[in-house]
This record gives sequence, structure tokens and C-alpha cells, in this order.
Amino acid sequence: MILDSKIPEGPLAEKWDKHKFNVKLVNPANKRKYDIIVVGTGLAGASAAATLAELGYNVKAFCFQDSPRRAHSIAAQGGINAAKNYQNDGDSVYRLFYDTIKGGDYRAREANVYRLAQVSVNIIDQCVAQGVPFAREYGGLLANRSFGGAQVSRTFYARGQTGQQLLLGAYSALNRQIAYGKVKMYPRTEMLDLVMVDGKARGIVTRHLITGEIQSHSAHAVILATGGYGNVFFLSTNAMGSNATAAWRAYKKGALFANPCFTQIHPTCIPVSGGYQSKLTLMSESLRNDGRVWVPKAVGDNRAPGDIPEAERDYFLERKYPSFGNLVPRDVASRNAKLACDEGRGVGTTKLAVYLDFADAIKRDGLDAISQKYGNLFEMYAKITGENPYEQPMRIYPAVHYTMGGLWVDYNLMTTVPGLYATGECNFSDHGANRLGASALMQGLADGYFVIPYTIGDYLAQMPAARIEPTHPAFKEAEAAVRADVDRLLSINGTRTVDEFHKALGQIMWDYCGMARNAEGLQFAKKEIQKLRAEFWNDVKVVGTNEELNITLEKAGRVADFLELGELMVDDALNRNESCGGHFREEYQTPENEALRDDENYTYVAAWEYTGPNQQPALHKEELKFENVKLTQRSYK
Amino acid sequence: MSWFTKTFTSTIGRKVLVSVTGLFLCSFLVVHLVGNLQLFNETGDAFNIYSHFMATNPIIRTMEIVLVLGFGFHIYEALVLTRRNQNVRKVDYAYNRPEDNSNWSSRNMGLLGTVILVFLIIHLYNFFWRARFGEPNLIPIEGTEYDDLYSVVVQSFHLWWYVLIYVLGQIALGFHLYHGFQSAFQTLGLNHKKYTPFIQKFGAFFSIVVPAGFASMPLYFFIKDVVL
Amino acid sequence: MAGNNPNSKPMNLTLKVWRQKNTKATGRLETYQVKDISPEMSFLEMLDVLNEDLLRSGQDPIAFDHDCREGICGMCSLYINGRAHGPERGTTTCQLHMRKFADGDTITIEPWRATPFPILKDLAVDRSALDRIQQAGGYISVNTGGVPDANEIPIPKSIADKAFDAATCIQCGACVAACKNGSAMLFTSAKVSQLAMLPQGKVERKTRVENMVAQMDIEGFGSCTNIGSCAAECPVGISLENIAMLNREFISAKLTSENL
Repeated sequence: MILDSKIPEGPLAEKWDKHKFNVKLVNPANKRKYDIIVVGTGLAGASAAATLAELGYNVKAFCFQDSPRRAHSIAAQGGINAAKNYQNDGDSVYRLFYDTIKGGDYRAREANVYRLAQVSVNIIDQCVAQGVPFAREYGGLLANRSFGGAQVSRTFYARGQTGQQLLLGAYSALNRQIAYGKVKMYPRTEMLDLVMVDGKARGIVTRHLITGEIQSHSAHAVILATGGYGNVFFLSTNAMGSNATAAWRAYKKGALFANPCFTQIHPTCIPVSGGYQSKLTLMSESLRNDGRVWVPKAVGDNRAPGDIPEAERDYFLERKYPSFGNLVPRDVASRNAKLACDEGRGVGTTKLAVYLDFADAIKRDGLDAISQKYGNLFEMYAKITGENPYEQPMRIYPAVHYTMGGLWVDYNLMTTVPGLYATGECNFSDHGANRLGASALMQGLADGYFVIPYTIGDYLAQMPAARIEPTHPAFKEAEAAVRADVDRLLSINGTRTVDEFHKALGQIMWDYCGMARNAEGLQFAKKEIQKLRAEFWNDVKVVGTNEELNITLEKAGRVADFLELGELMVDDALNRNESCGGHFREEYQTPENEALRDDENYTYVAAWEYTGPNQQPALHKEELKFENVKLTQRSYK
Repeated sequence: MSWFTKTFTSTIGRKVLVSVTGLFLCSFLVVHLVGNLQLFNETGDAFNIYSHFMATNPIIRTMEIVLVLGFGFHIYEALVLTRRNQNVRKVDYAYNRPEDNSNWSSRNMGLLGTVILVFLIIHLYNFFWRARFGEPNLIPIEGTEYDDLYSVVVQSFHLWWYVLIYVLGQIALGFHLYHGFQSAFQTLGLNHKKYTPFIQKFGAFFSIVVPAGFASMPLYFFIKDVVL
Repeated sequence: MAGNNPNSKPMNLTLKVWRQKNTKATGRLETYQVKDISPEMSFLEMLDVLNEDLLRSGQDPIAFDHDCREGICGMCSLYINGRAHGPERGTTTCQLHMRKFADGDTITIEPWRATPFPILKDLAVDRSALDRIQQAGGYISVNTGGVPDANEIPIPKSIADKAFDAATCIQCGACVAACKNGSAMLFTSAKVSQLAMLPQGKVERKTRVENMVAQMDIEGFGSCTNIGSCAAECPVGISLENIAMLNREFISAKLTSENL
């Protein structure tokens, strides 16, 4: 298989405009003859569904939550980047492009990232027009703040809940189309298979989570906007329901999965407190604007933070990276926190935490100013830990947050399955090996509002409008397969719960395919995962029936997929004999413990093809060409 | 349905009617209280002239119809809404602690209203009915014959159980007003950072002073003539 | 693994949980014992522990809605010891931690109760009525593209902040659950106020409030009697001022709009 990224010819800055002109259009009267399925209603899904419906297509949108407004985009705190240069501090489309490529450790496609930076400015305009209440200055104009990996202030924000406000904007646009009858919404419905007819994606099979009804839906194209797969680790900042099932079933139907090992470990999360822990809570990266990260200089210093004098504290990020200081990119901040803890200088009862200290900021700006900026985050921290961050430093530790990898897509966001698209975190395209803060919201909305509405028309214009009924044998076959999977899970009646398997998988992934990886550990992990997967299918306990709200059954299906995806992540991490961004192979590091890339051999996207159950997947490479930026060792010193 | 019907059958529309009529009834309470203060005029003449005026003046008689309509709408709309509201929770919570998030009177406006209504019926039967349709006991005041309603009232206030009903009615009215007064402004959307705190304080003041004023009359006559 | 607070002692609790097979079935409170609950656990993690126990003994685990567990998605619910989202103010159930309870406590857990929120199973209810209220007008009718530059619409910070306060609603339905009347006014008012305050939303403000209130009534929610439980129990602190604003918007729209 040759991976054609379909990057348009021409200079970087003109590619997207040219491409928009060159794509084929579906005339307005014909759009109503085409049906599009959108799975997932987060930023990428809701924005795509609403925009496509506005254009005149018939859209069917699906989400597993009870309302599209609950999608996990809602939890994004810090902000959204856009190259508006409202602050007159030297920002530009090119700088946002450059920062994103560099932040991604040179493992992203130039053309995609440039397009992302270009449309970033439209996103802000669109959201403001929808009534999204971004932070404003006293003069009534929009405010900005800075984020990791950038030296300009280009992040637009809505207190600590930018994700919620942006999602509510997209949700409102979606609601408007639901009211018009252009979008049919299917909440509490989970996609369990992709249906292909004549080699093209023509629909999906779903299970209704309340009634258990297994149903087929046909369309002319399918868009997956189902988010990332961070929950492979069990503990992550993802929502409890976030899952990879839709993407994984698409992978099994022929869509390639790209760079699965690129996972982002976010540096500022509330540490794990016990074995019952169900998820981890992020503390926004924006906190690093004012918070200072430190650990005691001495190993085994058990004094309370207030009792450790200034001279005996190690502000390790400021020490190592004087120019970026506490605002180094996430991968760098996370790895350094881990290093400090590995050295035995971690804090708190578990010793798996570092301090994020606001004492200096409070002294400088006053308590009010700090509480204005971060009040809700401080409150959240206090609720979870029972500690007051105004009086003592927060304890933070890295946690799995985002997955840069995902379904491989070309410039049009189409996967290797014709008619199947992937947008937002579900695809792999824009963040390389590490995503910069406030760029996930940007990418989700860029894909949904401004990219897919153009590119999908190009595909639809070239296919007949005739519909395929969901009674077509391909649908019946897929339904039967889904039904068989459900029955199999229900019939095992083993002794171990789904969560036990999930936690065991998460532990393997965190220990061997987490912040630091090595070949030996990865090989061990691969065997362990295979073993665990075999045990799962022999010994998992799922009670109840299909025809009801069955929370164990839902989870079992998702964990079954995680047990396969985890192995693919390990395969990918083993294949990539270099360190880059979120993928840190201990064998490949500089003397200062920085990631050491191997540009000669690994400047490619690793796209994996499914070859059958328990078979080694096939690797396909998409070479990355850098025509505009020079590959350098990332330096934030 | 016409826009008018739609408006006044909507939950907010009905609530607006309850609040407008409620505020109107508040103004009636003030007029009624001021008039009743004539009772403290020892001879009773002033009160009898006042009640004669109230019973015969054409403007007052017209307002009486408006007042009846006011009561009618206030009660009817409140009943319709209460019935609707009761249907929203067919299975109640097994364990509920509303006292942790709201005050008692705001949750019991229907109960308070019913107590006030019962009081009102007794009150109307004893005084209004007697004054309007009963056999008048005519006495001369400055050459004109007046019905001596004053004596009827004072005599009623010598009965302990009647005083008790009266006082209980006023307590219910106080609680009803405590929530109702400021609530009416909220329902009409009259909410402002500057004025709402005043409205709330005035509402509390109103809910104490007006019922206290009404209750002071039976208590005054009972204590003066019976206790002492 | 050690908790954050080395002095925290595990607790034993009695839970009374509403169990109901499906919408049509009749439900009842069942009693369960949970042991060794760490005060550092979240309330939902405590239920996870119970569910794992139930599952191991072959029983049906308790269904409850939850997703982000960060207090923002609005999917968690639960009426805990007579209070929507439990005893701690300004907190969703997922952010409620067991340190708020004491060893030996009995905790009653019920679903949101309101006819427009039918129970799906156990503690999970159907809140799609709230979505339908939003669909009736909780948006500004702009298509993607063709909008002015973001800074061409200056908005005074005080107004932007106030609109923001209203926009923080997480659509959890606690207002309805806590309200004696099962009224959805606080929810509806949050969206109506947010959009009515912003210049972008003024164009459609009359039609919006008329349609959203009409839908609210169609869904069968109760009327507002200004009790204030809703705002007191709202996990994100939506203010009663919004209800006043909704009333004002509604009255003025009904008087002046040309919608018959």
C-alpha cells in the first residue's frame, strides 16, 4: 500500500487556498441527496455535523453520552490558540505553524499544520459570533494569555473552562440544525462497526445503550470524531466513557492507524491517591504561567513545603530551561518531573509528585489577582485533595492526557478507507509527537468547521447519490458480527471484572509504554498484553443481558478493544528507535537527558495495517518532507 | 391559540398574573389597614362613618368588583400552577432536606394561602356579609342614621376563639407576604443590583408591619375589655 | 497506596440505593454495606467499589450517569441524603469526596425525580428534555464562515463577565431535581440571559425566549415560585438574577414581538 497524503502542490502558504479551488463541489440542490454520518459530538464532531447540515447535507450524529454537550472536549480548561496577533507581540500564521511543528518534534505534516494555523483565526471569529464568552479586556476586546511552547500570547480563553464554552458554541450550532431537521441526533448510541460496500465506507452499526437495540445506519460518507485512546492507560484525564472502539473497529475494517505510540503525558495533574482511583484530573497548563515547579534539593527531604528554605529548593525547570522556564512544552515538563521523582526527590506521601507553587505570584500580584485568574482551578484542587493551594503549594504529577496518534488521514482528512474520515483527536495529523497546549481545541474546530466541509464535497461530488438501504447484506452481516461479539462477552461468565482487566492493562502500559520506554520493557509488555487479552476472553465477568442498560457490557466491549490497541502502541514504540516528543526511548537520549531524534531513519509516519486477529500488523511509512522548516534539536534553554 | 391565550396559559404568564394580583392585593391591604385604624377611635363614630362610606361609595363599590377579580385570579392561577407542579414529581424523594436550601414560607405558599382563604371566609361572613346583607342596627351620628358596625366588631373581638382565628390568619398572612412580596418583583423581572436588596428588606418590613397592624385590633380590644 | 492525608481512616458506611430495572418497573431502596472506604475517594469511586463487589457476587451493578468526573460535563447526578449532588454546596457528585462523610453514616442515594426526567435504570435518568429546550432557541443563528472579525464586536468586560456567569451552566438538571415544583427555569434562564446580554444574541432575543419557554412548558416542567432551591443547589452557582431576567425577557417579548 502506498500512502498518498494528497498534499497539494505549490508554496506552503498557498496550498490550502489552491486546494479549496481545485476540489470538486456538490451543487446546493444536490447536497440534500447525500447523507453523512458523524460519530462523536465533541468539538470536531459537533462542528462538522452542524456545518455540513448548514451546507445542506443530511447528517446523522451519534454520541454515547446522554447529550452531545457532554463530550469530553468540555473538560479542556486552558484555551485555544489562534494566530490573531491581537497582542502585537510578533505572532503570525507562520509562527504558530513553526511553533506547532517544533513543539511536535518534527513529526507532523507541514501542509496540515500550516492550514491549521491559517484557519485558527477564523475559529475565533466563528466562536465569538456564536456567543462564546471569551475573556475580555476592559476596553471590550479579547484577552490572551501565553501557553507552553510559545513565546507569544496567542491563547484565547474562557476562564478555566474554554473547552466547555467552545463546545457549547458548537452544540448550539448543532441544536439549531437538529431543530431544522437537518441533523438527526442519536444520543446514548455507540458505534460498534463500520460497514463497507464495494470498498467504500457506507454506514455503521450501533448499539443503543439503553435498549440494547443493534441498528444499521447507511450514508454516503462516515466521519469519525470519537476522540483519543488515552483510556488504554485506565488512569488518564479522559472521561470515563472515552474509548477507542469506533476508531479501532474502523482499523479492523482497513483504516490505517498512525503513530499509536505518540501519547501525551500532561505535566500538571493531581497525583494518584489510591488504588480505587478512577481517573486523573488535570490542572490547566495555564497555571504554569504563574506557578513555579520545584522539589527539594536533597533526596528524602520530608519537611513540609513551607519549612524548606529557598536555598534548599530546586526549581528544576527554571534551572534547566532559563528562556522558557516553567513554560516548556508538556513532554519536557513531564519528563523532568519524573526524573526528579526517580531521583527520590518527589513530594507528598506517595513521593510521586512535585510542587507547583504560587506563593511568589500571590506576593507579586496579590491574592485577588491570582484567584481571578485561577480561582476555579484552585477550588477544584481543594475539593479533590482537601488542601488549600493558596496556603501550600499544589502537588502535581504527570498523567496521560492526549493521544497524538490516531487514524491515518490524508490532507483531506480521509482515512485509507474511501469515504471514511477522521477528525480531531481521532486522527493523527497535526501534532506530531507532542501537542502544544491550547492546540487540541484549535485542531478539533479547524477540522470540523473549516476543513471537512470543503474536502468531503470533493469525495461526494464523485459518487452517485443513490442510497443503500440498511437492509443490504453488508449491513446484515455487520449486525450479525456485532451481535456475536455481544453474545460472546455475555457468555464467558468468568471470575474477573472488566475493571480488573482494564487496570492491569493500564499498569502495563504506564510502566512500560508510558513516560519512558525501552526495548526490553516493551517486549515484555507485548507478551503481558497478549497474555492478559487471552485471559480476558476466558475469564471476564459480564452480567445481565444485551436488552437493557448494561454498564458492564459497554465497558467490556471497550476494554476488549483497548487490549488490542495497547499492543499496537507497544509495537509502534518498539519500532520507533528514537526519542521524540511524547515518545521517550531511554536508549536514545542526549547526555542532558533530552529526547534524541533520529531524523535520518524515522522522519516518517508509522501507519499500521490490520492483518487479522492476533497477527502482527503491517507497517507502512509515510515519509515526512520538511521543505520550510529546518529540523533541529528542540531547545527550550 | 391566540398569542394572548398562549401568553397567559404559559407557566410564566400565569405566574405574572399571580404576582400582579398579589401586588394589587398588597395595596388593598394597606388601604384596608389604614381604614381599620378608625377602630382605635374610642367612640366608634369614625369607624361607622368609614364603613358606611365603603359600602355606598360608587368608586369603592367598583373597586370591590376589581378586588374580587384580583382575589379570584390570584387564587385560580395559583391553584392551576400548584396542581401542575404537584404532577411534576409523582414519586417523591424518600429522603429530602429542602430546609437546607430554601426557607419554609417559600415552599408553603399554597398552605399559607389556604389558611388565609379560610380566615378570609370567616372574616367576610362575620363583617362584610353582616354589613352588606344583615339586619342593620341603626344609630344616629350627627343627625344621620348609620349602621353600628363598630359594636359588632368590638363584640367579636371579645371572643377568645375569634381573636385566635384572627391572629393565626395574620401570622399566615405575614409568612405569605414575606415570600410573596419580593417574589412578585422577581416574577415581573424587576431585579436590579441597586434596588433588589431594598425591595427584599421592604418586603420583610411589610410582611411584619401589615399583619401586625391587623392583629393589633382584636388583641387591643380583647386585652383592654376582657383580660384587663 | 497511601492517601494524601496519612491520618485519614477508612470508613464503613450503609447505603440505601434506589434500584429500578427500567422506566416501567417499580423501584425501591435497597440497602448495601460498604467497607474500608478511604476519605480520599470521590463519591462515585465509592460507588465503583460497591459495583465491583456486586459484580463479583454476580449481581447487577448500580447504573448511574457519569463521564468526565471533573465537574464539568454535567452527566453525573444523584440525590444524596436529601440534596441534589449531595451535602456540599457548589459541587457536583463526581467532585464530592468521602471526607465529607463520617464512619458509620447511612447515605440515601436516589435519582433525580421529575416527570420530564424518566428513570432509565436505577439512578440514571433521561434528561433529553433539557436538550430539546436548547434546540428550541438556545443558539445564535450564524452559519459557519462569513462572520465579522472577533474584535469587531467589543463587549464591555462587566457584561461579558455576567454573560459568562450564566454560560457556566453544565446542564446537569440539579435545579429541576432540587426544586419543589420540578421547574427548569434556572436552566432555561441561564441560556436566555447569556444570549440576551451579548450583542450577538440580541437579534433573536424575542423569538428565542418565547420558543424556549414554550418548549419548557411542553416538556412538563413545573412553574417557578421563586423558592431558590435551584440556585442554592446549583453546582456552578447560576444565580436567580437569571430567572428575573428570563421573566423580563419573556414579558417584554410577549408585549412587543410580532409573533402571533
